[in-house]
Amino acid sequence: MEKVYEHKLETFREYLESIDVEGYTDEQRKSLLIQILHKAQENIGYIPTEVQKLIAQKLKIHVSRVYGVVTFYNFFSTKPRGKYPINICLGTACYVAGANLIYDEFKKFLNIEPEEVTEDGLFSIHPVRCLGACGLAPVVKIGEDTYGRLKVSDVRKIIREYTSKENQ
Amino acid sequence: MPKIYINGDEFEASENDTVLTAVQKFGGYIPTLCYLNLKDINIENKPSSCRVCMVEIEGRKSLAPACTTPVSEGLRINTLSRQAVEARRTAIQLLLSDHPQDCLQCPKNGECDLQRIASELNIVKNPFMGKTTNYKQDISTAIIRDPNKCIMCRRCETMCNDFQTVGVLSAVERGFNAVIKPTFDLPLEETACTFCGQCVAVCPTGALEEDSYIDYVWKDLVNEKKHVVVQTAPAVRVALAEEFGFEPGTISTGKLVGALKLLGFDKVFDTNFGADLTIIEEATEFKERLENDGFLPMLTSCCPGWIKFLEHQFPDLIEMPSSAKSPQQMFGAIVKSYYAQKANLEPKNITVVSIMPCLAKKYEASRKEINSSPDYKDVDYVLTTRELAKMIKEAGINFTTVPERSYDNPLGESTGAAAIFGRTGGVAEAALRTTYEWLTGRELRTVEFQALHGYESLRVAEVDINGQIIKIGVAYGLGNARKLLEAIRDKKIDLHLIEIMACPGGCVGGGGQPYHHGNFEVIKKRIDALNVIDRTKIIRKSHENPYILRLYNEYLEKPGSEKAQQLLHTHYLEREWL
Repeated sequence: MEKVYEHKLETFREYLESIDVEGYTDEQRKSLLIQILHKAQENIGYIPTEVQKLIAQKLKIHVSRVYGVVTFYNFFSTKPRGKYPINICLGTACYVAGANLIYDEFKKFLNIEPEEVTEDGLFSIHPVRCLGACGLAPVVKIGEDTYGRLKVSDVRKIIREYTSKENQ
Repeated sequence: MPKIYINGDEFEASENDTVLTAVQKFGGYIPTLCYLNLKDINIENKPSSCRVCMVEIEGRKSLAPACTTPVSEGLRINTLSRQAVEARRTAIQLLLSDHPQDCLQCPKNGECDLQRIASELNIVKNPFMGKTTNYKQDISTAIIRDPNKCIMCRRCETMCNDFQTVGVLSAVERGFNAVIKPTFDLPLEETACTFCGQCVAVCPTGALEEDSYIDYVWKDLVNEKKHVVVQTAPAVRVALAEEFGFEPGTISTGKLVGALKLLGFDKVFDTNFGADLTIIEEATEFKERLENDGFLPMLTSCCPGWIKFLEHQFPDLIEMPSSAKSPQQMFGAIVKSYYAQKANLEPKNITVVSIMPCLAKKYEASRKEINSSPDYKDVDYVLTTRELAKMIKEAGINFTTVPERSYDNPLGESTGAAAIFGRTGGVAEAALRTTYEWLTGRELRTVEFQALHGYESLRVAEVDINGQIIKIGVAYGLGNARKLLEAIRDKKIDLHLIEIMACPGGCVGGGGQPYHHGNFEVIKKRIDALNVIDRTKIIRKSHENPYILRLYNEYLEKPGSEKAQQLLHTHYLEREWL
């Protein structure tokens, strides 16, 4: 695991170095923050304190500002996520369509709490606000795949699809 | 110039006015809570998050927050609208629904803006009951954070980030979980916090408070084995009286000493004596650096908030500050050595208490390397001006009628140069008065350097000494200090001496002073009062203080001697940038 993280961190460092902020005003540098955080989240899977410090140094802003933004947006996480992060929409439309039951079923079946990762490192559960697909309520997004009009009975089936894919 | 109507009355506002500033100029009143405008130091905090300044504007469907609504031609404002008042009351009730109800035991009791506004708006019951937050207190050597009392006004964040550029406090999380926290949710003690206390100075509630040492002081005052000595910083005597209803700028030196004697301190001495001593050591070092091509510019080292800022943010410039300890610490070291010997006392049986306008002084006294012996602390307890006022009230002393008394000797005599240590430009001016005479061998007739007076936060002055132009930089606010230091680092500016004070206007605007409640005029009046003290002193140059001369004759030998180095100088530490 350690080695994988180091490798990912190196990739992100290279990306950070490739950004040229020479001659940028304070405001221009600050405006890059969200974009860089997205890249960190994508490259490393989460944004640990070490990475937040790197970003602050690069943009010459306070770490507390980076930390504030990271904790504000659901999309960023400060803890590692599973290989397949399960984003469960608990927005109004999904909620009235029974999203809470789906949410409970995922927690029960995977035996983890929200923001935790399963022991095999495959799954993590993240309650989110609207995913912008209310017509498909209740909606769950696993990795890049979206599942709509879910029923409680679908949950185990979907998880097994991923585990069997991994075991192949 | 837009013409507006305030509750039916015509008023000519200016282009940049908001509804709030226009109504204030008109002489009207709108309650505010999160809003903070310190225009003298270019600090404005108006996140319009508290919704306490709501007003009705004719022709608009919804109410508007006065602090962020610009005026425009013909605008008709109704500040008395029942709907607006009800909205203000609801906003306060909602805030109170997630606020601890322990006001009677809160250190901010009587000084809390939330409490005052709740009372103004006649909140006697609250229909809202809901979830409450439950955060742990964060206790450091100088500041206590109680996020449960935070109302998310963001004033502390503005001071910490925009004014001080320390960048420790920031809003994190969102919605109900939103709260102001230090970086990575670390305890303040482990962050780059400078303990300047400017967050405490502007906090409207009890969410940020000083760490109080009152109880320890009471204990030693009644302990017969302890010889309790107190020192008072220059800025305390021009602010303390405010706590007892006197006008800002009232000089209450005599009453201050009188009250301390009534409280039972064995000796009432003066930090100003320490300030004179600091000048002797600092000017000696400055003269030496000037004459021997030493490290320039020399930075003053009296302000512990500033020193910690430098250690975190500019570790590469750590050789620049004078190694001279601050007046507080010099005083402590002298009490536990020279005075202990003279009075035939064991240092461990002496308690040194400081009354300071400052929170960082609490932290400074806790620095390990600052003590002159590993066996005891040079300064045992640091109380703020506010804490002293609380002790005076608690003891039942009537400050208005308390007899005026004089400081005790030998550590109570001071010069005009020491008095101005409490204001921006004062330390540099005091140092110059001495350096000038030492370098030229001539008497300085006009002791005031007008270029070092003033309220501006960043100034550069030039003084001709023996044909050599000495360039001096003066800054208050750590954001301005940062600008100066970056210019030095980039070799864009050439200076010989730099004086930095962390707080607005210098120590008079310190984090431990009576609350200014957003009124910078209070701080200006304290500055003026210090200048009055300076002018009324017969001796206005530190090196002419007879008790200082005697201290060197009897004990320290000469400025910069080995003994002086051991007792009166310190070193600084490189710290992590965070």
